[in-house]
Amino acid sequence: MMKNTQTGYGLVAILLHWIMVLAIFGMFGLGLYMVELTYYDSWYHGSLETHKAIGVLVALVFVVRFGWRQLNPSPAGLSTKKLENTAAHFAHLGLYLVIAVLLVSGYLISTADGRAVDVFGLFSVPATLTERGSQEEIAGEVHEILAWLLMAMVAVHALAALKHHVINKDNTLKRMLKPGL
Amino acid sequence: MKKLLIALSVSAAAMTATVANAADYVIDTKGAHASINFKVKHLGYSWLTGRFNSFEGDFEWDKAKPADSEIEVTIDVASIDSNHAERDKHLRSKDFLYVDEYPTATFKSTGYKATGEGKGELTGEFTLRGVTKTLTFPVSQLGEGKDPWGGYRTGFTGTTQIMLGDFNMDGYLGNVPVELELNVEGIRK
Repeated sequence: MMKNTQTGYGLVAILLHWIMVLAIFGMFGLGLYMVELTYYDSWYHGSLETHKAIGVLVALVFVVRFGWRQLNPSPAGLSTKKLENTAAHFAHLGLYLVIAVLLVSGYLISTADGRAVDVFGLFSVPATLTERGSQEEIAGEVHEILAWLLMAMVAVHALAALKHHVINKDNTLKRMLKPGL
Repeated sequence: MKKLLIALSVSAAAMTATVANAADYVIDTKGAHASINFKVKHLGYSWLTGRFNSFEGDFEWDKAKPADSEIEVTIDVASIDSNHAERDKHLRSKDFLYVDEYPTATFKSTGYKATGEGKGELTGEFTLRGVTKTLTFPVSQLGEGKDPWGGYRTGFTGTTQIMLGDFNMDGYLGNVPVELELNVEGIRK
């Protein structure tokens, strides 16, 4: 129930997946919104502080999720074609990679001047690399491009799941909603 | 023939000396004895200060002929540093300096009027974000003389004010004034 099996996902993996879905869409929307706010908007600073704090929490969830994935069996792909299953596997790894770099690049923008990232006043993440001048610019470019790339990949990911559900009529989508399928 | 050559070289040396009389100084950005600073009021409540870390330039100065003074400075605008990475990133964007499109700012003097001992009014063309404006502002010499390492130096300071709107940067904060301060120490070439 909690852990994955060879054929289906456990509750933990399912919850972690959907938490990431919420976080990714929420952060994308918040990101688009906050960069349009002007200096005199009341949430000008608050939106960015919130985005950064949630980003740190998402990074923690990401680490837990990736760790859990390593500790659990990976349910086999449900396509009858080996190539499709292999493609799906690499697509999933690609999603992990893009999310990881997205998280790191965001952190590198905010910490380029040595300032820590405060997480809702609970704790803060100190800066590590502080190549001021170029770091926030490069990390900023990467962050923006990857955010859009991730959205495109998420769209393909969701369409593939729907395709399995509607056309192939297999459990690909259902097993990400119900544990132990 | 030999005499003629000597005469020629002597007169050539004399000519060179005349040309170089208004001494050429290179601004000591290498040793960081120069700075371009700015300050702008934050909400009208306090001063926000910053600087451009990377620039270069040279000037001509002869205390006997101050009216012949000239200065030229080129600023790498992307080197703006207000001690806050996120703000600097924003300042480099299209909202403000638009460094992708306008990577350098320049100041080229067009005139210098002495107004007293080591004091003067400097006029020049300031180009920033693709807009060129004529600025006139007071400058003063702090000192001049030999340095301990075999060179000869002099230094000036001057402050002027620009409006963000004059350089198409008022879309975000509004048309607020920004003070620019130039501190230069030149090493005689």
